[in-house]
Amino acid sequence: MIRQPFILRILQDRLASFILGLLLLSAFLVPALNLYVSPESALHVPSYVVTLLGKYLTYALLALSVDLVWGYCGILSLGHGAFFALGGYAMGMHMMRQIGDRGVYGDPVLPDFMVFLDWKELPWYWYGFDNFGFALLMVLLVPGLLAFIFGWFAFRSRVTGVYLSIITQAMTYALLLAFFRNDMGFGGNNGLTDFKDILGFDLKSDGMRASLFFLSAMAVIFGYFVCKFIVESRLGRVIIAIRDAESRARFLGYRVEYYKLFVFVVSAVLAGIAGALYVPQVGIINPSEFAPANSIEIVIWVALGGRGTLIGPIIGALVVNYAKTYFTGALPEIWLYMLGGLFILTTLFLPKGITGTESIAQSFENYRLKLARWLRPHDFPDLNKEPAE
Amino acid sequence: MTILSKFSWLALFAVLVAFTAPVQNVAHADEFSKIVQTLNTKSKKKLGKAIDAVVATGDERAVPVLEALLEGKLFYRKTDNQVFITEKSGKVYLLTDPSTGKEIGEATRKEAKKIGINNRLRGQLKGALGGMTLMSPDAEKRLKAANDVFKAGDPAMLKILKKALLREEDGTVKERMNRALAAIELEHAKDLQIRLLAVQKLGEYTDPEVAALLNKIIAGTKDEQLIASATETLSDVESSLASWAIVGNLFQGVSLGSVLLLAAVGLAITFGVMGVINMAHGEMVMLGAYTTFMVQEVFRNYFPGAFDWSLLVALPAAFLVTGLVGIAIERGIIRWLYGRPLETLLATWGLSLVLQQIIRSFFGPTNQEVGNPSWMSGAIETSTGLVLTYNRIWIILFSLAVIALLAVIARRTMFGLQMRAVTQNRAMANSMGIRSGWVDALTFALGSGIAGIAGVALSQIDNVSPNLGQSYIIDSFMVVVFGGVGNLWGTLVGAFSLGIANKFMEPYAGAVLGKILVLVGIILFIQKRPRGLFALKGRAVEA
Repeated sequence: MIRQPFILRILQDRLASFILGLLLLSAFLVPALNLYVSPESALHVPSYVVTLLGKYLTYALLALSVDLVWGYCGILSLGHGAFFALGGYAMGMHMMRQIGDRGVYGDPVLPDFMVFLDWKELPWYWYGFDNFGFALLMVLLVPGLLAFIFGWFAFRSRVTGVYLSIITQAMTYALLLAFFRNDMGFGGNNGLTDFKDILGFDLKSDGMRASLFFLSAMAVIFGYFVCKFIVESRLGRVIIAIRDAESRARFLGYRVEYYKLFVFVVSAVLAGIAGALYVPQVGIINPSEFAPANSIEIVIWVALGGRGTLIGPIIGALVVNYAKTYFTGALPEIWLYMLGGLFILTTLFLPKGITGTESIAQSFENYRLKLARWLRPHDFPDLNKEPAE
Repeated sequence: MTILSKFSWLALFAVLVAFTAPVQNVAHADEFSKIVQTLNTKSKKKLGKAIDAVVATGDERAVPVLEALLEGKLFYRKTDNQVFITEKSGKVYLLTDPSTGKEIGEATRKEAKKIGINNRLRGQLKGALGGMTLMSPDAEKRLKAANDVFKAGDPAMLKILKKALLREEDGTVKERMNRALAAIELEHAKDLQIRLLAVQKLGEYTDPEVAALLNKIIAGTKDEQLIASATETLSDVESSLASWAIVGNLFQGVSLGSVLLLAAVGLAITFGVMGVINMAHGEMVMLGAYTTFMVQEVFRNYFPGAFDWSLLVALPAAFLVTGLVGIAIERGIIRWLYGRPLETLLATWGLSLVLQQIIRSFFGPTNQEVGNPSWMSGAIETSTGLVLTYNRIWIILFSLAVIALLAVIARRTMFGLQMRAVTQNRAMANSMGIRSGWVDALTFALGSGIAGIAGVALSQIDNVSPNLGQSYIIDSFMVVVFGGVGNLWGTLVGAFSLGIANKFMEPYAGAVLGKILVLVGIILFIQKRPRGLFALKGRAVEA
């Protein structure tokens, strides 16, 4: 079979191209409606909504990263919140340094919490974070490196299945405890907050919020393409083979541990990027991001959206988080029942998630086709007649 | 004349004696009240001396006076500078004469003024009061008094202490009195020989307070002989203290281990037999604890006299409740997810959220009060700073009993045999006519039931709140993963080694860092032995 160009293959995935198109559209539309439409207008998008949507998009990227390891490689990581938080901390450290002498204590070098703890000089691991480029590098490097070291040990000694899940959970739990310590120099249980600006732009300004939203949307699209490229490549085939029959893949001569390590690191880096985009929008990063419960919650976004589909987890993250915002506000008592019920019902009745389930995907599909034909009848021959890939 | 004069002298003497006998008493009373009056001074230095003077009278009326002074109830009247013990009553103070103990009227706030004290005087007063109660008929009070005197180190106590030592019969109290005596002698005696002797005496006590005192002496004195002797004694005391501290750590570690064991053993059973990670296991523990609370509520309301026995009722009740919930979970959820352990993990996690929220809705998010029966409260305390609380001891014994019971079930019963068969080879067990689905359900019920009775035990040492289970779940996973699956022995060894490792690292690394180190240690250990300490071998492993 002749392999079609990468971009065409994505376009053939109708649900994916629909969602990605929507993302791309909103990446431009939402900031525009926020900045250029007067607040009185019905079309105006308030700034808090922009930030909220931006936060959801970083979660979507995080869900995407979990889907890459869980959906395609069968590694159920219950510690991806740790990579997310580490990326967030790296970004937070940069913004802490940007505060300069505008903190409460007005110290030109030390962040407030260090002055409070009576520290005399900046710890060595804070050096360089005043440079934006260095901070960005750390956003990628720190989660990647942790994933590399952790994965190196875990995959080489063939820790699999629930054992792996449990020790990833132990990893994030250990980091949670560690970051709670004041001695670590990351602000203890208050974490890092009171950020002022990035690259000279005020974080609270509408322009900055809109740009962060735009960046988050682009990051999700970028993340999707990266993941899609990986899983569609030859390497991706091996990864799927490992998911389905690890021993067999090993006996066929593939170095299973290296493949696993590769996806695990890529996934951790993506999670780190998500964290780095999350923190400036939320304005705080503290150790509770490391909580094991958070990491498990990511998994349910993926499971609900449909694991191993890449587009499903994006939908799952958006849907669940919107529901969370709505219900924790409207009916706080109910939310935990709903979340718990979601875990149970999804695993019992929707093993493939909402996108994997025929009827829902099909209805999406029909809707899109109708829309497409109505818009431009000539460009769309009857796609249903094509042989399924 | 001479004879007469002699007689007259004698007569005079006789008269004097006759007079002085009653008069002396009066004079004594006067003297005491006079001395009490000296307490009315603004100078803290003078007040300190006055307190010593009051103590030195040895009068038993001094105790309420000093207590009043300590509690800020000793006032003087502005009009005549008389000192009174006061009791607040509405807007006025009722005045009591310190020497007669009789109420003599009242004073408004403006008429009377409190005699203020500072921290140094407070210490002196406590020591003094300690001294005054050294003669108390109650041995426990005498023991406390001896300890107070030791802490205060007040040389004014020396006389009373010696007197009390002469009539003391209780061995422990006598020992403590001797310790206090040696401490005072060491600190305040002028004679070097006495001080050296006191150091020798103190060396016999393995006691952190003695070590602190010796440190203070070494820092405070210039006498080289004394420093040498004290340093030598100090190192003796400290080394024996260190070995006691190890015993203490060991106890703490075993105690933590037994808690971990109770929390983890049910998890180990279900994981071992069914390959299922039950994330709602912590919530089973929590349900057990809440069952205890309910049972105790019933006892409080209907049989308050039998409250001590409530735990014995709570044990089977908790086992039943959580066991039934366990069967419901297995039949309702887990059965549909066999062969998909990761999905089971997620579904049970969701279940744990729901269970927590149910409990929160019914009982509220706050801690519930679960009482200790009398036979579980209290502690064995030694003078060496070692404290063994009874509830911890009971829990250690209880956890071992649970393990023993499980071992008997696994090895001596038909159900145990079937359980082991399913663990080792499910397909083979099926073909031998064992209904593995039925075994699964009962195993899950057993694991949940054990979690429930673990909850009964944990309710005695931890807060009973909806989050109770969450705080144990990760630790119990660590135990199971570390110890190896499907193996009670592994769980036992795993729990105790993790508990002891935690407690031994705490003094060096701090509680949090110690825990992190243990977690990192387990993560590394898993790399080395991916299937835990005592792994099952054979084909089943790769299934």
